[in-house]
Amino acid sequence: MFMKGMIMGGIFCLVLSLLASFNPSTEHTTEDHHHHHLQAPSKDELKHFSHSQMEDLSNQVRVYCIIMVQPKILVYWAAAIHTWSKHCDKAVFYTSEASKALEAVDLNEKDDWARLRKALTHAYENAGDLRWFFVAQPTTFAIIENLKYLLLTKDPNEPFYLGNAAKSGELDYVVYDSGIVLSYEALKRLVNVFKDEDKCPERGGSLWNVGEEKQLAMCLKYTGVFAENGEDIHGKGLFNSKSVESLISDSMQANPTNVVEGCCSDMAVTFNGMSPDQMQVMMFGVYRLRPYGHDFHDLLLFDPPVGSNND
Amino acid sequence: MQWTQIVSKRIQNEHKEIAGNGVAMKGPSSKWAFSMGFLVGACSVYVFLHQVWFERSYPVLSEAQEKATAAVERPTSWRKEGAALINLLHPHHADEDSWVADVLYQKVRVLCWVMTGPYNLQSRAHHVRATWSRHCNVVVFMSSVEDPDFPTVGLGTKEGRDQLYWKTIRAFHYVYEHYVNEADWFLKADDDTYVVVDNLRWILSNHTPKEPIYFGKRFKPYTKQGYMSGGAGYVLSKEALKRFVEGFRTKVCTHTTPVEDLALGQCLEKMGVMAGDSRDTLHRETFHPFVPEHHLTGKFSKSFWYWSYCYYPIVEGPQCCSDLAVSFHYVEAELMYTLEYYTYHLRAYGYTPRYQPPLHQGLSFGPLSQTTVMVGIKEAQEKERNKLVPGAFKVKILFIIYNKR
Repeated sequence: MFMKGMIMGGIFCLVLSLLASFNPSTEHTTEDHHHHHLQAPSKDELKHFSHSQMEDLSNQVRVYCIIMVQPKILVYWAAAIHTWSKHCDKAVFYTSEASKALEAVDLNEKDDWARLRKALTHAYENAGDLRWFFVAQPTTFAIIENLKYLLLTKDPNEPFYLGNAAKSGELDYVVYDSGIVLSYEALKRLVNVFKDEDKCPERGGSLWNVGEEKQLAMCLKYTGVFAENGEDIHGKGLFNSKSVESLISDSMQANPTNVVEGCCSDMAVTFNGMSPDQMQVMMFGVYRLRPYGHDFHDLLLFDPPVGSNND
Repeated sequence: MQWTQIVSKRIQNEHKEIAGNGVAMKGPSSKWAFSMGFLVGACSVYVFLHQVWFERSYPVLSEAQEKATAAVERPTSWRKEGAALINLLHPHHADEDSWVADVLYQKVRVLCWVMTGPYNLQSRAHHVRATWSRHCNVVVFMSSVEDPDFPTVGLGTKEGRDQLYWKTIRAFHYVYEHYVNEADWFLKADDDTYVVVDNLRWILSNHTPKEPIYFGKRFKPYTKQGYMSGGAGYVLSKEALKRFVEGFRTKVCTHTTPVEDLALGQCLEKMGVMAGDSRDTLHRETFHPFVPEHHLTGKFSKSFWYWSYCYYPIVEGPQCCSDLAVSFHYVEAELMYTLEYYTYHLRAYGYTPRYQPPLHQGLSFGPLSQTTVMVGIKEAQEKERNKLVPGAFKVKILFIIYNKR
């Protein structure tokens, strides 16, 4: 009797587990473009491209920078103008309200999510022949050359939505602070789904009060676009929500015997939370300060921007 | 699953007992047996499945862990010789071509001695040892007290600002006595100075160690030819070091004041050692007495002593500092690692910097230790400037020829 009971119990449990594991797997079939990690190309990957092919590719990767600013933090707008944004092919500042001191597209919108939608729509309509879009907060610093390297072999007519990917329950989203990258195709689909008030409402009730980064992820998910984590060839994240100083400080605690290697990628694309002065130091650190006699035979050449003296 | 066996054995025994006693209590006890069995079966299968599923995800975890530890491991790259650390490896990056830097490492040998003290070993000297001092050919940590583990030399002085010149005199004498043949140039730095040794070699490559000369952040008062700021670090040629030691032997130089940098400058001036110009080919400073942020963004108030001290005109803003900066001062632990990251790690892929420093003409590639090196010709690169200024092009040709005599 006992043995019968044991067998019955075992079968019961097995059946239950099988049923439970079945359900999530059905969701995967609808995803046709689902890989979570997007890595920069390795030197081997690029070896088979000819010189002229590399030239075509480097001319193809051109970035439209969407920089969200606000009048009450004017110093950050000035910092972005005089530092990293000079390396964008096109840098446009989008503000919540007009200000005499701010040269920016006035969206006249206080709500964060609505403002982001308007900025993205404006960028799409004014893209010209630019095919990659990078959204930054005022406190973000981006190294556009490294972003271009990451995107080098990716086709902007495919939907890409990447940055520092995080999870909230079942939703994968890109963290706003560390910068959001969208391909032309992803932005096209997004602008279309904006028209759908059910799937992607502009102003919602309490259900939609989840922050614009997650709302963006939800709307994109409806169009079949999923968040991917931007990484270097060693798997290190390229998009950082913290400042360099903060990350170094963390590394001193976590890897005291190997602070610098254990910290951040050599090809990092973004940092966040830097003060305007620290951004000037970063310009020096990224574009100028270097040890003599160490050369990198990079396969692309990017020239310094015209009319600038801090890079 | 020992406990299930125990339980089932007990139930079997119970059955035996019941059978033995001849009492037929089949109804309630069999139901109870069934439920117990059911529970046991369900639980054991659940636990078994859990283990299997966990094990499937485990390899992914351990792989990630392995990757992390691999990235974190670092080979020991120095050999202890008494109180000095002889660097065996010139630190390298996986993707880089450090051919020129390697040549300079062999041709322009730098001994770095770091002024520290027993209370600053863990808070300051430790981070110097972990970062920039790895790029020196030899590094010696100077303290008032000997520490064979760190290692530090014990100079036999006390600690404190008033001991600075004593420590400096003794440190240079120690270096002269023990390591004068191990290097061509002798750098003094504080334990809160950050030095880019590769850039120091570039400056020094335009001179020879036989010249009586020294370099640093040049200050002008109290001397005819100026003197070098102590905090920003200064470097003496072998001849300059010989003359410094000679000065004390002949009593031309004595301990006159604890103000180390000034006193040293005055002694060297008496001994005919020239105060060099350490600026780059665009006349931008390379040795800096403050942190990068201060030089790049700060505005020095007109009444600040710095204005009257600087030998060369002060430039504020980004052009304060050469791309090939050599030193910064008042650098705390966190900034040490940050500067190491900025200098040797973080970069903009493919970016061609505005400043293209020439290889000094004075650099004669004479005999190199053991190896014969071939003619190296860097390719001429012609490339259209992309997007911003269409039509222009850039040609980059670098010729380096040398051979072993």
